[in-house]
Amino acid sequence: MLEDKDRIFQNLYNDFGADLTSAKQRGDWKDTKEICGKGREWIINEIKVSELRGRGGAGFPTGLKWSFAPKEVGSRPHYLVINADESEPGTCKDRDILRFEPHKLIEGCLIASYAVNAHKCYIYIRGEYFNEGQKLQTAIDEAYKDGLLGKNSAGTNWELDIYIHYGAGAYICGEETALLESIEGKKGQPRLKPPFPALIGLYGCPTIINNVETISVVPTILRRGGKWFSSLGRPKNTGSKIYCISGNVNNPCNVEEEMGIPLKELIEKHAGGVIGGWDNLKAVIPGGSSMPLLPKETCETIKMDFDACVENKTGLGTAGIVVINKDQDIIKCMARIARFYKHESCGQCTPCREGSGWMWRMLERMAKGEATRDEVDMLLDVTKQIEGHTICAFGEGSSWPVQGLIRNFKDEIIERNKFDPIVKKQKDIPYLVDQHLLEKENA
Amino acid sequence: MAVKKISKVQPEKFEFNKKNKETADSIIKNYPSGKQQSAVMALLYLAQKQNDNWIPLSAMKYIAKYLDMPYIKVYEVATFYSMYNLTPVGKYFFQVCTTTPCMLRGAYNLVDVCKRKISDEENCLSEDGKTSWLEVECLGACVNAPMLQLNDDYYEDLDPVKLEQIIDKISNDEVPQPGSYRGRLSSEPENTRKTLIGNKNA
Repeated sequence: MLEDKDRIFQNLYNDFGADLTSAKQRGDWKDTKEICGKGREWIINEIKVSELRGRGGAGFPTGLKWSFAPKEVGSRPHYLVINADESEPGTCKDRDILRFEPHKLIEGCLIASYAVNAHKCYIYIRGEYFNEGQKLQTAIDEAYKDGLLGKNSAGTNWELDIYIHYGAGAYICGEETALLESIEGKKGQPRLKPPFPALIGLYGCPTIINNVETISVVPTILRRGGKWFSSLGRPKNTGSKIYCISGNVNNPCNVEEEMGIPLKELIEKHAGGVIGGWDNLKAVIPGGSSMPLLPKETCETIKMDFDACVENKTGLGTAGIVVINKDQDIIKCMARIARFYKHESCGQCTPCREGSGWMWRMLERMAKGEATRDEVDMLLDVTKQIEGHTICAFGEGSSWPVQGLIRNFKDEIIERNKFDPIVKKQKDIPYLVDQHLLEKENA
Repeated sequence: MAVKKISKVQPEKFEFNKKNKETADSIIKNYPSGKQQSAVMALLYLAQKQNDNWIPLSAMKYIAKYLDMPYIKVYEVATFYSMYNLTPVGKYFFQVCTTTPCMLRGAYNLVDVCKRKISDEENCLSEDGKTSWLEVECLGACVNAPMLQLNDDYYEDLDPVKLEQIIDKISNDEVPQPGSYRGRLSSEPENTRKTLIGNKNA
């Protein structure tokens, strides 16, 4: 278990207050000038040494991402964009950083802007976090007043301006290119990649986009050294992470812990255990609603980091852990997640726009026991036709949870849906959505 | 995708008041020159605030002129994002989160209370015409579930009885205290904190 002195977010529970004075007492803004004085190369290299991986879900190495920004500023200015559009069901870590540790974020913005040659930084906050945005704005104003931002930010001779851009309730704007579209004042529909934002991003200029938590841990890493950060966790999965534990636990909470902490320890120790005891556990969604769920057997042993989750056919995602116990109807829970994706699909790619509604309607029927036996395979087939056939990762995000449900609880679905198919198939092949095209007589 | 309805009754004219004009101009300055279109989301939000929490078509036309962009582009944005109300809503607008983490902790019991105490249907005004409610997707306060948003504020750790009390207060035009309704100040675990113990009650 992580020792208290190694926790980066000392004010996660707002014991001290979020203002500049108390943030400085906790060590924020200490030696920022000296850190920037060591140069861009040193900063990026130190982040590479720390093996910090992005905390927004995909887990891309942060140092590598920064090194993609052009070394010299050409005719186009560089931008830094912070993704605070936290909308993944089960995740609420960025909210606590915005309201209780805003100065960690602002200092991180300064260092990151310096490292990627950006003079302007936009923080995209979801519209519902209106109060959190106001708190961040207060902190930004404090920083301007204290000379930490502006023409000569914190004495580094670097000019930086930070602006807040509020979203307006679109989950898809958490996708980095949709977020850029949204800042440009358009519908939040993702762009095709390549070109990647590091070269052609906001207003067609080089843009680096990072999650709030990623940027907020940067100052502490640079102060304590990349080696310190990489000594936590295991190689490629280093450092600490804020885990959000919600759902059927006795004490739902956010907690900062070391990467690779056993899931069981998180639930039993920090969240006060599953309601009704550990044996009452049904399944756990380990990384926000987009990640496939884990059955109880896997929950006994799994360690919570990027690679261990992938080995268990799921993902760490945003580390939003949703615990589901046996009092709940697992199919209904997944049907509700499918409804979420149906509601949030941006409508740009047909497989996702149509498929997300298809999955939702099928799951709703399955939860009621109104589906036929063969529709389970059909549902799996639908998910496969969405996955990988869309511009952004929303297609995967919406189909993986359904695949996870079928992989782990297929028996339960079939148990409930015993109807025979309306049209009996002649050939004994798995059901395909476009099967009629394969059968000669129909073609 | 979500379907949005446009109100049939539309005011003829819309114009920012003096204060909002100043705010709008300062927001436009946040973006590079020539990129004033970026401010459209913020301006729509201002218009919504000024016009009793909903955006009429005349406001979209006004903003299109204000930012020198085609009306259809403003219309696209206003219909794409779910937080823009294109039909009138109550002065007190309850948005109940019912996505899975909240659902697991009884969000649908809150929906039942809203149905009983406000109106049978979503997006319909209550009898006194002051409140309306809506089921929304994840509001990002999952460890404080079940929760809802009332105008700009979050009301967390609710249960049906507490929500009834909130609605009763609202109908007397008293705005109850936002935040957790089980006395939590943040997202820390109740009673059994295992981390940052030295900081407690600092």
